[in-house]
Amino acid sequence: MIVPIVFLVICIVGSFFTGLPGGFLVNEMIVRLSRNLILVLSLLLPVITGLGLNFAITLGAMAGQIALIIITNFTIGGTNGLLLSLLLSTPFAIIFGFIVGKILNKATGKEMITSMVLGFFANGIYQLVFLLMAGTVFPIRNESLLLPSGVGIKNTVDLAGIKYSLDHLIPFDKIDLPFFQWLSEYPVCTFLFTLLIFILMGYFLKTKLGQDMRAVGQNVEVAAVSGINVEKTRVISVVISTVLAAWGQIIFLQNIGTMNTYGSHVQVGLFAVASLLVGGATVEKASWKEALIGTFLFHFLFVISPLAGQNLFGNAQIGEYFRVFIAYGVIGLALVLHAWEKDKAKITISDI
Amino acid sequence: MDLLQMKNISKNFAENRVLNDVSFSIKEGEVHGLVGENGAGKSTLMNILFGMPVIQSTGGYEGEIHINGKTFNPTSPDNAMDAGIGMVHQEFMLIPGFTITENIKLNREKTTPTFLSKIFGKRLEKLDLKSMAKDAKAALKKLDMDIDEYVPVAGLPVGYMQFIEIAREIDKTQLKLLILDEPTAVLTESEATRFLEVIKKLSNLGIAILFISHRLDEIKKITDSITIIRDGEVVKTINTDDIEINEIAGLMVGREIELSQKEKDERKIEDEDILDIKNLKVNMPGELVKGLNLTVKKGEILGIGGLAGQGKIGIANGIMGLYEASGTIIKQGKKLLLNNPKEALHSSIAFLSEDRRGVGLLLDHSIEFNIAFSSLEVQGKFLKKIGSLKLIDSKAVRKHALKMIEDLDIRCTGPKQNTRHLSGGNQQKVCIARALTLEPDLLLVSEPTRGIDIGAKNLVLDTLISLNKEFGVTIIITSSELGELRQISDRIAIIYDGKVAGILPPNASDVDFGLLMAGEDIEKVVD
Repeated sequence: MIVPIVFLVICIVGSFFTGLPGGFLVNEMIVRLSRNLILVLSLLLPVITGLGLNFAITLGAMAGQIALIIITNFTIGGTNGLLLSLLLSTPFAIIFGFIVGKILNKATGKEMITSMVLGFFANGIYQLVFLLMAGTVFPIRNESLLLPSGVGIKNTVDLAGIKYSLDHLIPFDKIDLPFFQWLSEYPVCTFLFTLLIFILMGYFLKTKLGQDMRAVGQNVEVAAVSGINVEKTRVISVVISTVLAAWGQIIFLQNIGTMNTYGSHVQVGLFAVASLLVGGATVEKASWKEALIGTFLFHFLFVISPLAGQNLFGNAQIGEYFRVFIAYGVIGLALVLHAWEKDKAKITISDI
Repeated sequence: MDLLQMKNISKNFAENRVLNDVSFSIKEGEVHGLVGENGAGKSTLMNILFGMPVIQSTGGYEGEIHINGKTFNPTSPDNAMDAGIGMVHQEFMLIPGFTITENIKLNREKTTPTFLSKIFGKRLEKLDLKSMAKDAKAALKKLDMDIDEYVPVAGLPVGYMQFIEIAREIDKTQLKLLILDEPTAVLTESEATRFLEVIKKLSNLGIAILFISHRLDEIKKITDSITIIRDGEVVKTINTDDIEINEIAGLMVGREIELSQKEKDERKIEDEDILDIKNLKVNMPGELVKGLNLTVKKGEILGIGGLAGQGKIGIANGIMGLYEASGTIIKQGKKLLLNNPKEALHSSIAFLSEDRRGVGLLLDHSIEFNIAFSSLEVQGKFLKKIGSLKLIDSKAVRKHALKMIEDLDIRCTGPKQNTRHLSGGNQQKVCIARALTLEPDLLLVSEPTRGIDIGAKNLVLDTLISLNKEFGVTIIITSSELGELRQISDRIAIIYDGKVAGILPPNASDVDFGLLMAGEDIEKVVD
């Protein structure tokens, strides 16, 4: 409980120094929540299944970006493009998740570091495929995707075709009433979609499979002795996590409107993990509440820190530094607190 | 007809035969006791019956199992459950964060189909918590348990957890045989009494019970018949009414003592105490020592015995400072600093760990380095000074290693051979050689013959005896094998519940040892 409170205090103090108007902050937060909630939510199942924080959602983000590159290649935009990219990313994400799950089963007890390294490793393959094979092994129809040399995808891919395609799926701006005009400014549909995913997740946890995941997460041995297929359950958990991350990344990028081909996915795992931890989750326990609170606090800090740095120290770079510091610091702190609490639970000599 | 028949069951782990031709049978509704020392083969037998994966992965078993006359060949716990066998394990198999209901119905949850389950299959059916709670309540009621089935298990008293485990087993509708592995070990006396009543009740319902326990009075009180196992063989199967507790204890422990003891008289044990342990507590997980008092005389061989988990292993580890310890240890008038292995080594105490391959040896280093490195680190032996640098004097190390290899008859290709590839007995000898290099006056030996074949066992024990005779080293030997303790010790302390239950001479009767190990009072035993 202490972690979110500490961050709430930092947020309040920080926003005091930014001097930003409240309206701007609220708007900014609404956009950022709609962008990031599904990515953070994708971390829940692996935590519940006892795999810890799945840094390998980076692979899910890659699956999403692969789908986006494909639809851009065939210049399919709008709602069709969005739906197609969600659809296309799913088989990629399932395959990646399956591989990650299998590997994590071999690395029991060291899942977190393994998933992190898998993310780095996969990034290498991703670069190989899109830098060297695009335009040579895989023909690219849309030449604007390629680097001037004709080999490799450009650093920045313009996603104008699907920009806001989910955010503004319902055309409120066509209705000539002040309320709907106001509503059309906000990513209403993205929130509805996110809400749907949250509800599905809550429902999922009440099914037999969800129950099995919680059993596996709490005690692998007991689960195995009562006949639950532990390894399979863990793999399914990672697969669902990866699929959600793929969708989350597509939703994130349709809001941004451009994709940094070699950079957009790199920090996804790190920021999502930090968000969840700021919300008060631990390596062993997390729920949708922590995901929601954490995403809000973490991104609030993200918005205010450069300005707070500017106003406090006369240097925006310090705020920028502070962002990175927070992301890594939060993860470190949460892990230390967790280890410390576990240590406290052990019997000591005076208990005997 | 018998419900369960186990016929000529044998099992080998590698070359080690842990079960030999074991046969016994259980009738419907019978309460059958299974007793034996640690390592007698009880757990292996139960693992075979319950289809635990460890049996298959080590090559299966020989013999036949029949249930209701039909052949039964369990390859997984699922098979056993389908056949109506339930097991309550020694450690709790409960999930602390789950409610009582969720635990009782674990992986047998009631579900209702939903839209999603029609697409993605049965695992996405929704849990029917109400009907699960009803089942749980019914199972608890059979045990006369009145407790809210929505309470999480974490934080419940230990006694309740045991009942919840049993409730889970009897909730399985086809349950015919319930295996209880040391069920009362963690219970208080009143809980245990209640527990035994429940067992009677279950047996009246027609459920056969296989009851494994070290508490012989319980076995005597509750069972209809008893099978006693020793060294992987059935010693006796008998109706409970036809045997007394003393007799059970004797049969459980009894072994012929192979070595004659006449040589012992030549040695002189001095009156002086070499070690005086007062109120020692050691926090070694699974082997807690809870306020132990013990004095050791100079020049003697003191045996420490007792069942696994009672704390005998913790003593030596505590003295050496390998696990957190408190209390007072006085060695020859000087107080020993606790929790400091270096200090213990400086006080001329050496230790042969029970974890030979883990703690005892540097497996990927040569024999000669293994022999030398403790004294090199602690006492600065085998070092030559060149300027301000201290280098290992490899010539001296080699010379010493060759001498040790000859003295202790270590079978190896030479002093450069890595210890990983030595046999268990020879690895133990390397450990002994290293301990000797420290020139200790007190040697702590834990489980020196574990995992060593019989021929090498005697060699290791003979080496210990000759150390004691020729160099006057006092030895404290901790072992699960009472036989070997009786073979070489002058006195044997039996540890029960982290304290000394009593000290017996090696020629005391099997019955006395058995009773002490089962936690009976020393006064009662000596009478």
